[in-house]
Amino acid sequence: MAKDDNGGKELAAADSSHGGPDVPIGTAVVTRDAIANPGFPPHDLRITDVDPKANRRAERTVYTLFYVSIVGSVFAIAAYMAFPINPEDPGSVRLNNLFIGLGLSLALLALGIGIVHWGKALMSNHEVIDERHPVRGSDETRARAVEIFEIANEESGFGRRTLIRNSLFGALIAFPLPAVVLFRGLGPDTDPVELLSHTLWKKGTRLAMDPSGTPIKAVDVTLGSAFHVIPEGLQDLEHGKLEEKAKAAVLLMRLKPEDLNELPERKDWSYDGIVAYSKICTHVGCPVALYEQQTHHLLCPCHQSQFDVANHCEVIFGPAKRPLPQLPIAVDSEGYLIAQSDFTEPVGPSFWERS
Amino acid sequence: MPETKTSKPRPNRKAGRRHPMASVALIAIGLLFTGGAYAMFSTSTARAESDLSSQQTIDEGKKLFAANCATCHGLSAQGSGNGPSLIGVGAASVDFQVGTGRMPMQMNGPQAQKKPVQFTEEQTRALAAYVASLAPGPGLPDASLLDAQGDAAAGGELFRINCAMCHNVAGAGGALTEGKFAPALTGVTEAHIFEAMVTGPQNMPVFNDANITPEGKRDIITYLKYLENNPSPGGFALGSLGPVSEGLFLWIFGLGAVVAVTVWITAKSN
Amino acid sequence: MTTTESSTAPSTALAETKKSGGLTAAASNYIDERTSISAAVKGLGRKVFPDHWSFMLGEVALYSFVVILLSGSFLTFFFQASMSEVHYDGSFVPLKGIEMSAAMASTLDISFDVRGGLLMRQVHHWAALLFVAAIGLHMLRVYFTGAFRKPRELNWVIGFILFILAMAEGFTGYSLPDDLLSGNGLRIIDGMVKGIPLVGTWITFLLFGGEFPGTDIVGRLYSLHILLLPAIIVALIALHLVFVVVHKHTQYPGAGRTNQNVAGAPILPLFAAKGGGFFFLVFGVIMLMGTFFTINPIWNYGPYDPSPVSAGTQPDWYIGFADGALRLIPPGLEFVGLGGTWSFNILIPLVGLGLFILLVMIYPFIEAWITGDKREHHVLDRPRNAPTRTAIGAAGVTFYAALWAAAGSDIIATHFHVTMEGVIHTMQALTILGPFAAYFIAKRVCLALQKKDREIVLHGYESGRIVRLPGGEYIEVHQPVNEYERWKLVDYSEYKPLMIRPDARGRITTGQRMRAGLSRWFFEDRISPVSTTEIEQSHGDHH
Repeated sequence: MAKDDNGGKELAAADSSHGGPDVPIGTAVVTRDAIANPGFPPHDLRITDVDPKANRRAERTVYTLFYVSIVGSVFAIAAYMAFPINPEDPGSVRLNNLFIGLGLSLALLALGIGIVHWGKALMSNHEVIDERHPVRGSDETRARAVEIFEIANEESGFGRRTLIRNSLFGALIAFPLPAVVLFRGLGPDTDPVELLSHTLWKKGTRLAMDPSGTPIKAVDVTLGSAFHVIPEGLQDLEHGKLEEKAKAAVLLMRLKPEDLNELPERKDWSYDGIVAYSKICTHVGCPVALYEQQTHHLLCPCHQSQFDVANHCEVIFGPAKRPLPQLPIAVDSEGYLIAQSDFTEPVGPSFWERS
Repeated sequence: MPETKTSKPRPNRKAGRRHPMASVALIAIGLLFTGGAYAMFSTSTARAESDLSSQQTIDEGKKLFAANCATCHGLSAQGSGNGPSLIGVGAASVDFQVGTGRMPMQMNGPQAQKKPVQFTEEQTRALAAYVASLAPGPGLPDASLLDAQGDAAAGGELFRINCAMCHNVAGAGGALTEGKFAPALTGVTEAHIFEAMVTGPQNMPVFNDANITPEGKRDIITYLKYLENNPSPGGFALGSLGPVSEGLFLWIFGLGAVVAVTVWITAKSN
Repeated sequence: MTTTESSTAPSTALAETKKSGGLTAAASNYIDERTSISAAVKGLGRKVFPDHWSFMLGEVALYSFVVILLSGSFLTFFFQASMSEVHYDGSFVPLKGIEMSAAMASTLDISFDVRGGLLMRQVHHWAALLFVAAIGLHMLRVYFTGAFRKPRELNWVIGFILFILAMAEGFTGYSLPDDLLSGNGLRIIDGMVKGIPLVGTWITFLLFGGEFPGTDIVGRLYSLHILLLPAIIVALIALHLVFVVVHKHTQYPGAGRTNQNVAGAPILPLFAAKGGGFFFLVFGVIMLMGTFFTINPIWNYGPYDPSPVSAGTQPDWYIGFADGALRLIPPGLEFVGLGGTWSFNILIPLVGLGLFILLVMIYPFIEAWITGDKREHHVLDRPRNAPTRTAIGAAGVTFYAALWAAAGSDIIATHFHVTMEGVIHTMQALTILGPFAAYFIAKRVCLALQKKDREIVLHGYESGRIVRLPGGEYIEVHQPVNEYERWKLVDYSEYKPLMIRPDARGRITTGQRMRAGLSRWFFEDRISPVSTTEIEQSHGDHH
């Protein structure tokens, strides 16, 4: 369908583009028999241009809208005073929000519609034509710019005195470097890997309920139950409560022992069908707490990873790779559930130094 | 309480709130209006508990059971390939499953769904009495725990930790695996909320009294009823679904309105 | 703009206004004698802006940004960017006495104890969502009309950086209240950054000032959110607008419009009225949303705590595509080796989306390289007249939309009564196959539309009037198109595929081969604009 195969520069001037005749047009096709631009169409008059009544009506509409806007603003101020927030009445916030907002919306919309209507109906709508010039400076300007740079180079010796110039570059590169070092101070002087590898759980720590901190007895964990668990003593921490909770949160569930398919080396990590798994997803760390007691599936609500509690929490769907870490548990002499040790691997999302 | 054909305690409570079909249609356009007419006071369901142990009720329940439930659950509720054993599930379980219309199941699906209730309140109680007579199990909750007059703040905290991951922080419901879902909690009666926690219907875990104390359950109910009875201070809640409904609303209605305005501004005036 | 002449002009004009007297004249004179502002008025006052609704989308972004600045400044007077523990003691009953950070408590106070505070919060948040959405739509307009071509390539890049910065502003702001939803968002960021090989652990450690969540992050994000990022955004918006002035606005093809002119409304008064009025309208629409629709009800979410989470935990819409990408990754992509853990389930989305973003950003340069066209383009392409570009755009939009929709997989599952696994698998397929389908369909549609345009130019519109000829033959009468309408249909440039030719040294370089290949891909299927010869022929055909 393309008729001309010139693609050359010699025809470029015929095209309606500009930027000088010697600007390459690439593979654009230029045809000699292209249809010519017919020029601007005649101007259409609006009803407000021809009908004085319509014109006056438009004028009336515009100032009425501006008055409405004033009413809106006043209404908003009145609403601010008329609808105070009453701490005893939850509905008062809603009314306050609603009526101040209504007033302001009215003020803004009426003002906007008024101004635009003024422009559309009453201001001249004759199209104005502006000439374009190439974005590049004129040859003269460019020549002068080059000249200025040359003078500057000459006067400073920037190009000639290479030692000065290069050492300047070096200094400019070197001076922001200390800033990079300064940012080391953003984190404390501890080894993150060490912190990520340990939690508050240790041998003998009782499993306690979140958020009350009440220790849990094994007999209370009935079949089909799910307990949200924190280590006992977490709530009494002075510092770092959330940081510790972010690693130590555990979900405790009781299944029928025959439903549990335990790894041989973890046979004694559960107690009579009661198992405890880290609640922190091994994908990116959301709490995996959606426990389905019949299917024994755990679901993460953030990215839909699914873990099978019956099969040592291995991943059965979704982006996570590793099973949730299991907390080995036992029962102490008083019947409370306790941890046998800390988790045997870091909990939560993977990190480089993890393996 | 007078006997009515539908044993739903407050059939009009849902007026102005979304129902399943509307929510399908509305989410498609990104807008979910909640709010509207909310009842001001939650009238707690007073239940006549006295007759649960009467032999007459149990016998009536047994007949109903044989006629409506035994096909799946077995003639003596011992369970079959089609339905679990009901021995020891208690009256609470029956009241929840039958009282919300989940039982009898219409068809096998990922989970039994809420639907119009099949039995009168009296029949439900009779069924509950029969099942409760088979073996001890969770009974119907005491009316004092259902008054929604507990500590909403404590209830909110318990709700966020134990319930929100499935039911959403505002009780709007959420997805589970393989087509199952945690239902929305608005419009569910106090008794049914309580019974669901105690019995752990279907895939919901059991929250026995050692896990969440009866007092805690009352607080949770208080919190949920607070949310239900106090419309969002910010205006329509868009289904309380979070950023997804907000984003859809913004794109369709916010940006839609603004684009409509641009079209008006640049249209030729006549 | 004719800046060169401006220095001499004002003296006479002002002398005259001075004579006519009046307060306005005196004030103008006072200001001009100290600022030379008349030069600016002379240069800019009658600058022309073409009228088209799609040219106002950038303004939507600009105005929502102004609304964000206004409402945000109000919020800073009340907000405390501190993570120190307090017990909430405000009006909202269901959180009374609950332990939370000062940031969360002060946000609740803004919502429940400051009159109009909730309104400002909601206006701020809605405006933020609108800001990013308007930028997105504006970029789509610029892309599909080819407005990024010379001389506007750099302005495309600036605009694109603004888009990224807007997302960063949004995310930092979303995280400030320290509520459960945003806290889990930060948790995900922490987990993602940890997945970066070698340095990830240390980056999160520095970012959070120790272990997640720490007590520093809200304060740090606050500095970024109200200081650093807005300053950069304001500077880049200024630069973006300076370029709009320098380049003058593009225009759609139309009778009389050429690459050497621009036709439209002058800034003073008409464009100022429309643009100024539009600011209040955008503000008004945002205000309406803030009045009637709840956004980010942090009182439902409660304070951040690493243990709970809500069903339907999602980021704001503009981060959705990244969240969706995380959800769609198939299982098992994490390996140990070469001295560390390789979390490809995180790296693939990170790198993949990074590449996608980079490609979008440099697209103007790619297309310029393929066409080799060094001319300035001020007349826009109708999307159909650049079929391959439009098709690539459609593919990109589909890819983005599939990832975006995936971020709502759980909500889709519950509301359409389908399985979540099914939704995820469908989205996975859609992300991979959707772009190809969209590319193919969009290209065919463009070519068909071009053919239709040719038909109209050559034979006119179908009038729907059937006439029986004396010979018994039925024909439909065609309404010829007038020359002004016709021009819109034929004013576009056509490119042909590049022929591989040896260079000066008689060799064919790999770059040349690649360029020729891409050029063939772009321009193999093309439809030329109708020429005068063809029109004459068609008139000859008709009786």
